[in-house]
Amino acid sequence: MSAAAPPRRLVGTVRHGDRALQTVTLGSVVLILAMLVVLLGDVALGGARTLTWEFLTAAPRDGMTAGGVFPAIFGTVALTLLMTLAAVPAGVATAIYLTEFASTESRLARLIRVSVSNLAGVPSIVFGLFGLGFFIATVGKAIDGVAFGGQPTYGKPCLLWSSLTLAILTLPVVVVATEEAILAVPRELRDGSLALGATRMQTILRVVLPEAMGGILTGTILAVSRGAGEVAPILFTGVAYYLPYLPSHLNDPFMSLGYHVYVLATQSPDVDRTKPLLYGTALVLLILTFLLNLAAIWIRSRTRRHSRAAA
Amino acid sequence: MSAHSALPAELARGPAPRSLKRRPGVAERLLEGSIRAVALISIAAILLIFVFVGKEALPLLTSSDVHREVTLGTLFGAGSRSGDTAFAWQPVSTVPKYSVWPLVVGSLKVTLVSLAFAVPLAVGAAVYVSEYAPARMREVVKPAIELLAGVPSVVIGFFALIVLATWVQRAFGTEHRLNALVAGLGLSFAICPIVFSVSEDALRAVPRSYREAALAMGSTRAQAVLRVVLPAAAPGIAASIVLGFGRAVGETMIVVIASGNAALLDASLGHSTRTITATIAQELGEVVMGSAHYSVLFALGAMLFVATFVVNLVGERIVHGIRRKLGTVS
Repeated sequence: MSAAAPPRRLVGTVRHGDRALQTVTLGSVVLILAMLVVLLGDVALGGARTLTWEFLTAAPRDGMTAGGVFPAIFGTVALTLLMTLAAVPAGVATAIYLTEFASTESRLARLIRVSVSNLAGVPSIVFGLFGLGFFIATVGKAIDGVAFGGQPTYGKPCLLWSSLTLAILTLPVVVVATEEAILAVPRELRDGSLALGATRMQTILRVVLPEAMGGILTGTILAVSRGAGEVAPILFTGVAYYLPYLPSHLNDPFMSLGYHVYVLATQSPDVDRTKPLLYGTALVLLILTFLLNLAAIWIRSRTRRHSRAAA
Repeated sequence: MSAHSALPAELARGPAPRSLKRRPGVAERLLEGSIRAVALISIAAILLIFVFVGKEALPLLTSSDVHREVTLGTLFGAGSRSGDTAFAWQPVSTVPKYSVWPLVVGSLKVTLVSLAFAVPLAVGAAVYVSEYAPARMREVVKPAIELLAGVPSVVIGFFALIVLATWVQRAFGTEHRLNALVAGLGLSFAICPIVFSVSEDALRAVPRSYREAALAMGSTRAQAVLRVVLPAAAPGIAASIVLGFGRAVGETMIVVIASGNAALLDASLGHSTRTITATIAQELGEVVMGSAHYSVLFALGAMLFVATFVVNLVGERIVHGIRRKLGTVS
């Protein structure tokens, strides 16, 4: 057969191409991982020497060229804590509505889904503008007018408005994670609960939510991690360059790690003297978000395995 | 799965179980009502963002005080001025000049650099992970790329400022140390994870039978991937690029730190550049509330919001279709 020879050659050249595609695509995986390693490695190596107990517990001194970042850590924790108090209940309620109350064809449910996914895509700087235009210039001003005789008390950038702005930004993270977790709860559990005479709310509160706890926790951690790293939304809604005191009221301004990195990176009068502090602050922020992300990935993989084993 | 999950709610709502069930009390109905109300927050948020960002930008259209400094015509047109200042963004000079074009071009330059770098890399990685990688490797690579997505953008910006800028200047001898290329490369760190995860979903959604059919007909794996799997996943990969674009245009902290922030209207990647987002971030802190400059910055924000909204709507629509397919296939 005259046709026997060409296919063999074809197979030969093609095998070569087969390897090539595999190698090239493997190369891009390696390159992305290398980007991650170089980024983390550089910040870790550069910041390791700065990261002392004093750095974590002291306030900045000498025009931000010495001292520590404690007020920024405190501010970031306060900010994300308040944010969580607002975002998690709202996100969980939205997820409950979408999975337990609304039918899948419901127009309202679809509208909520579209809103959630679009909210996730709104640029973070637009959230900053929104926080300024809505929370501060409108809601805050109104509160001042009614309760404080026009004295600027809540009509100015502060911790409360920053955390609420961040809560809206991180809402989709909580909704998506919770929804996924609730959907993974086996139907039999709900049926069993309803068959035993429980009401729908009892079933949700005592059966579905406890089962979905892993997913809710994952969503919360991811939201905190995201919120802790965001700078653009808090730029005009409450963050301060430097504060001699820690925030103690909802209407106090605050310092944050992310903003501290930004300020040190762009507005330092003496770059060489601030560079160790800059690296140190970036490392603290990175460790914080990194640990939170690792925890979320770990919990998620555990609960996924768990639910698969149960099913 | 999706058909089943709708059942219990219907059972609970059906007439027969209701008669057996204890009637929900006041507290319970109150809780249910508040859950229904809270679920509307995301819709309200989108509307409020639109209304309140728009409201602060409105004087640009209506206020004659603002019109003495800037109108829509001077913002988007070439204006009556000629020469160097025709397309200038100089809001704090004695004669303030507002033209969006240096900023729009700056945003596009930085975004295109980041996509040119991130898309081939992320799509390549997605092909490897979905087509070649052993399961164990996949379990390491995917979380690792998720971790990259979790790095705060201000930290990426800082890294671009200290490390990437030095590398770029050493490699290309760029005129300005901070420029569109550095900012774009920094941005690609943030874009890669999105493009990767959406592309990987799209590739995994291609039915196994497609690959098997291609292989059975004598094609090699590379041919099956290039001629069958990739074309079948093309809409999803397109969506990943669209979503990456949306993220890149809206990203603020990386570009504000690494782009140099000079509002130059040129095509050079080696020159310092200024994006729409960076302009808002840098200037809004220093403007008087209600001034012309203030309204213009909100107008830029509104523009950004509408643009990313449309881009995301398109991207999400495609992704939604793929997710549905993925649900029935796997």
